Amino acid sequence: METEFTPWLSLGGGMMIGASAVLLMATNGRIAGISGLTSRIFARATDGEARGVSALFVLGLLLAAPIWLLVSGEWPQQWVPSSPLLMAAAGLLVGFGATYGNGCTSGHGVCGISRGSMRSITATVTFMAAAFVTVFVTRHLIGG
Amino acid sequence: MKQVFALLSGLIFGFGLIISGMSDPAKVLNFLDVFGTWDPSLAFVMGGAIAVTAPGFAWLTRSRSRPFFDTEFRIPSRTDLDPKLLTGAVLFGTGWGLGGFCPGPALTALPIAATGTLIFVPFMLAGMWLARHTPDLSMPLSKGATQ
Repeated sequence: METEFTPWLSLGGGMMIGASAVLLMATNGRIAGISGLTSRIFARATDGEARGVSALFVLGLLLAAPIWLLVSGEWPQQWVPSSPLLMAAAGLLVGFGATYGNGCTSGHGVCGISRGSMRSITATVTFMAAAFVTVFVTRHLIGG
Repeated sequence: MKQVFALLSGLIFGFGLIISGMSDPAKVLNFLDVFGTWDPSLAFVMGGAIAVTAPGFAWLTRSRSRPFFDTEFRIPSRTDLDPKLLTGAVLFGTGWGLGGFCPGPALTALPIAATGTLIFVPFMLAGMWLARHTPDLSMPLSKGATQ
């Protein structure tokens, strides 16, 4: 399924993501890494204040699409794979991998690269490569 | 005050994901499909985000000793490349390539309640819980391996 190339919207949206990361660091001193913030809500070791801040950030994420619906009258456009088995496996791998490897697209990809962290640059190159290979295999080798 | 800004940061992040098109797995999967229906948009999202975050972080840590409403900048200090980082990244990338969702977009898209998202998110949370309860498998066993 084709999607439209949206350089300006994507650049602008990306800059908003960057602004959010800078705002969270400026006010709370925390990295805007979604996997870290999310898993911290449920971790027993988290102190109450960190849990509250993480939960509120995630609440903000969850409210974005409903507010979008209220303002524009429609949900953001999307197409989501619907195979239950595929999405269960994908979810498990994404959740486990991001937490086990200390970060995902936001924590390593945006914040880590912005800090020039060797760990984050290595992680980002690695998960990008794994993702490119996975899509090549599913779409061109077995999905063809 | 810090709580208000945490909520606001999450909201801005979510709107950024929606506007950039990243809450749509189809766009992410097409970015990863260089030999098919390639859509380079994701590179512009990363570029835009880093173009703001890199100077923003540098300015913050240079001009201030602490955040406005907290005591310290919690910035990771590790520099070693351990097997856990690489294993995690490979598993994460594989799941990302299968579903087209990473954690931020999946949570942002959750209220839209597509079937695939409703399955993905609980399994993602389960995966996070599992990872927090998995010992570092790459560490040599300290007990038992006494040869």
